[in-house]
Amino acid sequence: MFSMKSKYSVFSIIKNAFSYHENWGKAWKDPTPKKEYDAVIVGGGGHGLATAYYLAKKHKMNNIAVVEKGWIGGGNTGRNTTIIRSNYLWDASAGLYDHALKIWEGLSQELNYNVMFSQRGVMNLAHNLQDVRDLKRRTHANRLNGIDAVYLSTEEVKKFCPIINTSPDIRYPVLGGTLQRRAGTARHDAVAWGYARGADAMGVDIIQNCEVKGIKRNGNSVEGIETTKGFIKTKKVGVVAAGHSSVIANMAGLRLPLESKPLQALVSEPVKPIIDTVVMSNAVHAYVSQSDKGELVIGAGTDDYVSYTQKGSHQIVEGTLNAILELYPIFSRMRMLRQWGGIVDICPDASPILSKTSIKGLYFNCGWGTGGFKATPGSGDLFAHTIANDEPHKLNAAFNLNRFVSGDLVDEHGAAAVAH
Amino acid sequence: MFLINCPYCGERDQQEFKAGGEAHIERPKQPTELSDDEWAEYLFMRKNIKGVQFERWNHAHGCRKWFNMVRDTSNDEIKAIYKMGEKPPSQ
Amino acid sequence: MTKNLRVKSSEYIDETNRISFKFNGKTYHGFKGDTLASALLANDVHLVGRSFKYHRPRGIMTSGSEEPNAIVQINPGTNRTEPNVRATEVEIYEGLDASSQNCWPSVEFDIGGINNFLSPFFPAGFYYKTFMWPASFWEKYEFFIRHSAGLGKSPTSSDPDIYDHRNVHCDVLVVGAGISGIQAAKISAKNNFKTLLVDEKNELGGSTIYENNEFNKINNKTPSEWLKKEIEELKGIKNLEIKTRTSVAAYHQYNYLLARENLTDHLDAKDKTNKIRQRLLKIRAKKVILATGALERPLIFNNNDRPGIMLSSAVKKYSEFYGVACGSKNLFFTNNDSAYESALSLYNKGINVEAIIDIREQSESKIVKKVKEAGIKIYWSHTIVDTAGYKRLNSVSIMKLSNDGTSVTGSKISIWCDCLGVAGGWTPAVHLYTQSGNKLKFDEEKKVFLPNQNTSEQISVGSCGGDFKIDEIIKNLNHKLKDTLNIKETDLDNIKVEIDQENSKRNIWLLPSDKPLGKTKPFVDYQNDATAKDIKLALREGFRSIEHVKRYTTTGMGTDQGKLGNMHALGIIADTAGVKMGELGTTTFRPPYTPLTFGTIVGRNVGKFFDIFRRTPMNDWHVENKAQFENVGQWKRAWYYPFNGETMHQAVQRESKAARESAGILDASTLGKIDIQGSDASEFLNRVYTNAWSKLAIGKCRYGLMLNEDGMVYDDGVTTRLGENHYIMTTTTGGAANVLGKLEDYLQTEWPELDVYLTSVTDHYATASLCGPNSKKILKKIIPDLDLSDENFPHMSFKEANIGNIQCRIMRISFTGEHSYEINVQASYGKDLWEKCMEAGQEFNITPYGTETMHLLRAEKGFIIVGQDTDGTMTPIDLQMDWIVSKKKYDFIGKRSLYRSDTMREDRKQLVGLLTDDPNIVLEEGAQIVSELNQNPVEMLGHVTSSYFSPNLNKSIALAVVRGGKDMMGKKLFVPMENKNINVTVANPVFYDEKNERLNA
Repeated sequence: MFSMKSKYSVFSIIKNAFSYHENWGKAWKDPTPKKEYDAVIVGGGGHGLATAYYLAKKHKMNNIAVVEKGWIGGGNTGRNTTIIRSNYLWDASAGLYDHALKIWEGLSQELNYNVMFSQRGVMNLAHNLQDVRDLKRRTHANRLNGIDAVYLSTEEVKKFCPIINTSPDIRYPVLGGTLQRRAGTARHDAVAWGYARGADAMGVDIIQNCEVKGIKRNGNSVEGIETTKGFIKTKKVGVVAAGHSSVIANMAGLRLPLESKPLQALVSEPVKPIIDTVVMSNAVHAYVSQSDKGELVIGAGTDDYVSYTQKGSHQIVEGTLNAILELYPIFSRMRMLRQWGGIVDICPDASPILSKTSIKGLYFNCGWGTGGFKATPGSGDLFAHTIANDEPHKLNAAFNLNRFVSGDLVDEHGAAAVAH
Repeated sequence: MFLINCPYCGERDQQEFKAGGEAHIERPKQPTELSDDEWAEYLFMRKNIKGVQFERWNHAHGCRKWFNMVRDTSNDEIKAIYKMGEKPPSQ
Repeated sequence: MTKNLRVKSSEYIDETNRISFKFNGKTYHGFKGDTLASALLANDVHLVGRSFKYHRPRGIMTSGSEEPNAIVQINPGTNRTEPNVRATEVEIYEGLDASSQNCWPSVEFDIGGINNFLSPFFPAGFYYKTFMWPASFWEKYEFFIRHSAGLGKSPTSSDPDIYDHRNVHCDVLVVGAGISGIQAAKISAKNNFKTLLVDEKNELGGSTIYENNEFNKINNKTPSEWLKKEIEELKGIKNLEIKTRTSVAAYHQYNYLLARENLTDHLDAKDKTNKIRQRLLKIRAKKVILATGALERPLIFNNNDRPGIMLSSAVKKYSEFYGVACGSKNLFFTNNDSAYESALSLYNKGINVEAIIDIREQSESKIVKKVKEAGIKIYWSHTIVDTAGYKRLNSVSIMKLSNDGTSVTGSKISIWCDCLGVAGGWTPAVHLYTQSGNKLKFDEEKKVFLPNQNTSEQISVGSCGGDFKIDEIIKNLNHKLKDTLNIKETDLDNIKVEIDQENSKRNIWLLPSDKPLGKTKPFVDYQNDATAKDIKLALREGFRSIEHVKRYTTTGMGTDQGKLGNMHALGIIADTAGVKMGELGTTTFRPPYTPLTFGTIVGRNVGKFFDIFRRTPMNDWHVENKAQFENVGQWKRAWYYPFNGETMHQAVQRESKAARESAGILDASTLGKIDIQGSDASEFLNRVYTNAWSKLAIGKCRYGLMLNEDGMVYDDGVTTRLGENHYIMTTTTGGAANVLGKLEDYLQTEWPELDVYLTSVTDHYATASLCGPNSKKILKKIIPDLDLSDENFPHMSFKEANIGNIQCRIMRISFTGEHSYEINVQASYGKDLWEKCMEAGQEFNITPYGTETMHLLRAEKGFIIVGQDTDGTMTPIDLQMDWIVSKKKYDFIGKRSLYRSDTMREDRKQLVGLLTDDPNIVLEEGAQIVSELNQNPVEMLGHVTSSYFSPNLNKSIALAVVRGGKDMMGKKLFVPMENKNINVTVANPVFYDEKNERLNA
């Protein structure tokens, strides 16, 4: 399928080295929009590009486009802390996220693009007795759902990540934890770029700097979208616009159960390897891993107000670093190199929406909140299925919009860790 | 970090406040009369506006009073603040 | 041996104060006032580090915080070590030990240097294209990539230093104490504005302070002389606070800025202890004046990264300010007049300048003439096409530049040199300006991005605002200050400025070489080894957005965050893609401006100050009696009291038996307590609880369940009617603050018509819960005149009484199922009350019990704990507590949600009891429950929420939520564990005293 493109490998690099890398082709084209497509995906982040990729690959819908307001992968895909795991509590979530994890495991080869999925393990720490119960509950559920997860004692936590301060004298001592070894991190930009390259090779038009301004309807059916590059006719619109989902929904006269809030993250200056896994602590709110470049990658929390500015308040960053130094006092002299914010669309039950809507041909993939990156391949695959068949796959059936009416929520804040 | 002019206390740092989401969503007086759809609309559906939004804030670490704010969520500019029960300023 | 390149005494260097320091294990000497960089240069050390990717030898490039190359590990192997510190920012002190990073075995001979020769195989983004075979090998490749990446080493022990925060409120904050900042601060403070002036350096004056250029005069003095006098005058001005060694890291909205004040890093090692190392200033300013200056940019040419290649302005600063010659054969390479100033500065100090290579065709400015008069050779229209010298520059090759600047012609000339000062023009430091949320505009003539606007809250003055000539700086500063401070006259009105400065410049973002681009290494981002080739490769591969190019090539992502190279990257993209720079935009400048120590951000919030402790008034007693504690929210609660080496299990079994057999006592002070008053108090409770409250008699207590609006159980507790319009509500320990917040929300926003007042009194009362068959006798001993008969003081009722002079509120309520009393006294008498109970109970073997026993005893009775037996997905119906949901009330919080299709399902998870077939097996809390073992995947019906070994029943008991559980009484189920399956039977969740006979025992 990459016949149009040169295959990436160590051999292609060596070959190109002799021509000073002057002959590499474009990873993706820069097309002008056609008048009509069979489907248009709104939003060129990882989820949107993956959706297009699987629509073309599995459902043979090749006359499709991805329209992106800015540059692909520039939203939450390029701003998150890249944690990938599937140790979710509820069956529906476990099914969804483990479906994604299984695709991650072969994604670099599938895309012929190294997404650097690093199965270095993710640990979740317990700091009080209820945390212990909750993590055990989740571990038992994971095991029965076929997801690798083990419960660790404090000593085992220390052994797996020796730099954690497990002293019983700290304010909220580590009472135990869970470990999912198949979990880990990936290179966020590569995911967007790899899917874009793969989709482009199958004929998908990736149209950047193209903002959607309106959704045209004929009665209760979608007819097309108004964009800054003109009207595009299509009967199927899949919206994967993360923090801006409500903005698009409002264009179609829909309201969604979402609030878009600032989420911040930061990195330290790069240092030699010091932490070889991902450690998440929900109770004191500290998430840390180390990038391959050597930066400590630290996830902060969300602010509590709606904002589209990609900026959050300093108190959130301060609170996060307080917790980091509580658990890793050795990092006190490390220095923050860069901090930034994203806009996360949060559902009341901290679970996503992958759903048809009341408007025929309009589909939404949103509400991933703080933890969408990990689901990227699975989300794309299932959303493509939903769009192609006008019917959800059984793995995303629970993540419909009607659950907010019936009350059948998939409440992941109750007992599980936050959805990082 | 916003500087918020609490209508009861004056200008205070954002740290003292909690945001309470979209304003003027009145709790239905007769919930039992509503369909499940209408109740869901009240319970969960939000405008989540990019632009000028009316919202609720609470001076949680101060006077603990709730009040309303008009804020542009696209640049976080606070346009107006008014007390609960007061008429929202026209835009 | 190394040479001493100290050329002339400088007033900023104290040559009487000789300081020894170590670099890479070798001892050197410098003077007080030196930075590590200036001291190394004085010792002729240029090779300081290795680059990130190719491990190329790198030297000191700049004299400030923009340094990309000379970054070192400070005090390696000690608890004060710090990685990635810029040698240009470290003030040397006695005991300083620094070493090179990212090299092995040494900076002189680094194995990683082989990467330089393999660099053709490491183009931008190569790692996205390879390491994919075999599929399972990525983590193995990654191991090597991770270990060769990274720069310095993280500390591995705790930080001995302390950090601090200070909130600052000022009328005017001036950032940067160069000529503009000093004038702005002075004028602001003189006009009675409370003013704070900060600068990252240890000396005021910026670059003007060593500006001895004879061509510019202010009031007939050199700028340097004039500014020194102005600084002298600052001392006496009221309203002005000056902070040096203070770097503004972040500029947030609403003029909220964070600045790091460095207090001890420059002190001798022995003087650092027990002092605050750094302080974070959290500044809220009414107005901010940015005077952050400009950064000189380098030029992008082949092999422009060798040790000895520096910014022209840095060469000048080392000579003028530190009295150090950076080389003995100095050369300059420029596109504007700046290099001539540097050349003259060296010349005037007797330092050899070999030549100036200028890409311009000509310049007729006075300073150029002066340089010509000095006999310094100038190569007009020439460019450097290559440089030589692996660990130290030793020569450059130059050629004539074509008219259009895209190629070179003629023959190659080699010039020997050991230092090359490069001057590519100036880039305004607009980082803080953009962080504040404002937009930039591109000035096509000056080839710089400038602030697009000044507002009433913020102005940019001096070179960061786009003014580079002293006369323009003074003129524009003056009118901007008048506008923003709303003043009519300033000291600047009558200032006389004579200048002879030219701004002629020839801007070429990427200079050509005689070799094809592919064979050259023109570095754009020095630290990350990103070259112009990489940028062009990214464009060729379809990466068009500046953010894409940045991420694909890692340009601008080093520890200097692109302060030197970003403009060139943009320029090369614009030229290559054929777009205008103004349309291309910039990447986002993200905070902090320079890296900010975690410890500084955290300040005092470390160790025991990480979060507040809440302790009950009886806490000391618990500690003295060896209680183990558990954290419940911020509270420390007594968990159990092990006697004589008991295990937790033994202690809990003993406590549980004692409480049922005779008497137990629990510290219940942490329960949330909300005082509710007002004529509508009863109506209010009707609306917030699921059950009815209007008919509750005064002096009676009632258990209430509170839901969220989504119908799920939120909190519970007993509320007592103290008077006609007066109630006291109790909440769970962890939920207290949220419940109060929620109630206030409804009261203020939904039901403002209700006359109700809420006050948190959690901390006002201490509560001892006495329980067990002998509790009544004990209470009688403490309060002999209170009638404790069931008639006078029945279960679920309340009495006020006195213990001696102490007033107390007593509720006869029970969370254990035993006859019990909750005695509330003013918090300050709490310990006294506790001790009285213990004393009175001694004859009944009164046993203090902790939260674990409380949990066990209530589980025997099937009482829920919100948060343990519920998880935000349970309705009261699910808990089989239908009895508490009023059918008569028209509405209460959450009622409507109970009637949605999903919440009405019969097969929801419901609370049940579970008994293990083997009564000695205690289930694990959190374990899952199934009905079929041989399914795949197995269907989980629910989980165990609470589980204990009951000493009173002599068997294990558990509470669980099970799908459809209320109709499963007696059904056999399984709890599948990792290694075994446990057989269980669904049971009534009330395991003990089902008829509640013990309440009145």
